[in-house]
Amino acid sequence: MKALTKWMADGTPWVWLNAAAVSASILLVTGLLLLIGVRGMGHFWPLAVQEIVYTEADGTEIVIAGQVREEEKVTAQRLRESGLEVAKGAEFVTRYLVKTGNRDIGGQDFRWILEPSIKSTGKPHSMVVFEREEWGVFIGRLIGVREAGQLLESPDTWGDFQRLLGHANELRDEIRDLEKSRIGRVNYRLERLRLEQRGLELGGKDDAASIAEIENDRALLQEEYEGLEQELGDLYTKLRRDAVVVTSAEGQELELPISSIVDAFQPNQMGLFGKIGHFFHNAWKFVADDPREANTEGGIFPAIFGTVLMVLLMSVFVTPLGVVAAVYLKEYARQGLFTRFIRIAVNNLAGVPSIVYGVFGLGFFVYTLGGSLDRLFFPEALPAPTFGTGGLFWASLTLALLTLPVVIVSTEEGLSRIPRSIREGSLALGATQWETLWRTVLPMASPGIMTGLILAVARAAGEVAPLMLVGVVKLAPALPLDGNAPFLHLDRKFMHLGFHIYDVGFQSPNVEAARPLVYATALLLVVVIVLLNLVAIQVRNRLSERYRGLES
Amino acid sequence: MTQQFNLQTEQQNQLPHQTAVTVTDLDLYYGSTRALQEINMVIPEKQVTAFIGPSGCGKSTLLRCFNRLNDLIEICRIEGQILLNGRDIYADNVDVAELRREVGIVFQKPNPFPKSIYENVAYGLRIQGMNKRRELDDTVEWALKGAALWDEVKDRLNDSAFGLSGGQQQRLVIARAIAVQPKCILLDEPCSALDPISTLKVEELIAELKSQYTIIMVTHNMQQAARVSDYTAFMYMGELIEFGDTDQVFTKPRLKKTEDYITGRYG
Repeated sequence: MKALTKWMADGTPWVWLNAAAVSASILLVTGLLLLIGVRGMGHFWPLAVQEIVYTEADGTEIVIAGQVREEEKVTAQRLRESGLEVAKGAEFVTRYLVKTGNRDIGGQDFRWILEPSIKSTGKPHSMVVFEREEWGVFIGRLIGVREAGQLLESPDTWGDFQRLLGHANELRDEIRDLEKSRIGRVNYRLERLRLEQRGLELGGKDDAASIAEIENDRALLQEEYEGLEQELGDLYTKLRRDAVVVTSAEGQELELPISSIVDAFQPNQMGLFGKIGHFFHNAWKFVADDPREANTEGGIFPAIFGTVLMVLLMSVFVTPLGVVAAVYLKEYARQGLFTRFIRIAVNNLAGVPSIVYGVFGLGFFVYTLGGSLDRLFFPEALPAPTFGTGGLFWASLTLALLTLPVVIVSTEEGLSRIPRSIREGSLALGATQWETLWRTVLPMASPGIMTGLILAVARAAGEVAPLMLVGVVKLAPALPLDGNAPFLHLDRKFMHLGFHIYDVGFQSPNVEAARPLVYATALLLVVVIVLLNLVAIQVRNRLSERYRGLES
Repeated sequence: MTQQFNLQTEQQNQLPHQTAVTVTDLDLYYGSTRALQEINMVIPEKQVTAFIGPSGCGKSTLLRCFNRLNDLIEICRIEGQILLNGRDIYADNVDVAELRREVGIVFQKPNPFPKSIYENVAYGLRIQGMNKRRELDDTVEWALKGAALWDEVKDRLNDSAFGLSGGQQQRLVIARAIAVQPKCILLDEPCSALDPISTLKVEELIAELKSQYTIIMVTHNMQQAARVSDYTAFMYMGELIEFGDTDQVFTKPRLKKTEDYITGRYG
């Protein structure tokens, strides 16, 4: 008994409790990261293609080819209830989720197959997975290659196909370049001209001379556009020239134009290193490519870009605002009931649900401010809104508002950590309060400011709900940063990783295809946030290294 | 009151030097507590004046009145008059920043800015708008030499000031103060955080500086006051008890209280 009391008194149970709490937290976090990591990375791994022969309920034999994505045990009872025939006596049945692709033929690209119905499986070397522009992947065999309508009689079909595919990819790059940058620029300028003319009309300055000038410019641009379109048409004709002949596992033969094929690989022929190489190839494509097919295929580059740009802009807005507010509260304002009230308000602001900020952003920034801006500065574009609709600018501002309390609080903390003697030392040398602030206090508080910014970035990058109201879209036609002046288009809508997860995971027409993408996108979001934070932490460490002597 | 007033006039007659600071009927309140009561004194120019007395007697508070650092404390209120070279420093038209340039202060703990040695000394100069490199270089060198620090730091002027030892930091802070060429330097227990050797160096420095500056220092160390200062003021419970020539205060104090303190009977 005495021993127990002593044990309690010396704090051992308390230490154990603390340790347990810490381990539980660490376990949960690593578990989550591991789940996201493994599932997300798994998306890039080239799975083998299995050729499976199985019998349907009516006895017909069916051959399919596909990648086994999942394996699970279900109770026989459940299957019987859903109308499937299961052998008597069996309690559990294993079933596989097979990604068969070929949505254009079979209508579905995923299939559940019960283990007892499988007659045989194999991994034929000839199986090819084609990634296509539409209809998802095609899984089947390559029979022949048709170059310019002519079936090639060469022994190395795969080599010929690779050659043509490489050629097609070059053409595709050219087309993208032409469409996005050159034709995009002409369109942009044509739109500018239209707005200019409308502006002149509204201002009553549409005299014949200026209109003629605009018409002249327009004619020139139109001419340029026609030239470009001709070029584009030629490229498309070239791209559509070649095709491949393929057969599906069921034996159906069809011709795929090369222009529809993005990539192709033979997973059953790959060694370990080949697979690892392909893994990185896929991962890179995921990071660097645009999404395809309602975001269920392709990459997420615009979303990464949008997220990072939005967070950077948010930091640009929130830092000065938060610092100025904190400096006023801490250094200038007379401490009293009023400042205490403001502090309470600021702290409570941090607890307001983020969707409320979204609603505020929509109501105040977008409709009120944006609407007024449009009426004042962009009347020629009306009724189409310029700033009167969600966009990068409003989204960044809304998030800046959302993260403002964090920055204010940690800046205030940073300010109050500066010893009195330093301020007095500066004042004693004849510096005014402002000079003291600017030359010593603020630089010394900068690690505190950075801490606030780190927290703000972490919060802002992961936020989704308010963004849905103020400018994030499922698919943005253009990046908010491009080669057309003024280069940074604050009025454009943008894509965001967090919203992308929601969209792909829950709004997608093809749930099975989208699921691995959700994990991969989540992984990328975590990576982006970690990277942004690492940069900020690095900056903070440098700053506190510089002002290290403070603590002693 | 009358006794003190007599004391003051008496001193004024005694002083063979010109007057730097004149304090008349100074009262200082923190909220409703009276921290200083009816201080009257005349501090001579280009001499070292030491304030001694037990902790909390108001020495530092009085010292900080001379460059209006007490203004920073919201609840602090001052009555009475302080004349610096004949000018009322609490008058409405006084530019406080200007005043503080004329009256430098060095605190108990060295408080260098988190900048290089060079920038620490140049700080006050830059604030005054001096930004020509040559001019700055010359003044910084002059100030560091004046603070007897130049030889120790001339090769690492761009290193952080935090790399210096405590004694060096304190001399750096003194250099920083003299760089703006004040008329008067206030030292608030400048050696209490230093080791004996650094203390000695700072004391030697004080002795040198008094040829050019009026120095007013607060110290807890009786020997130091006796060694360094020309005049000594003994304060107790917010009152100025005795003020006079250091030799006289230490050898034949006029008042019993002073004698008790000096001989260590209380405090």
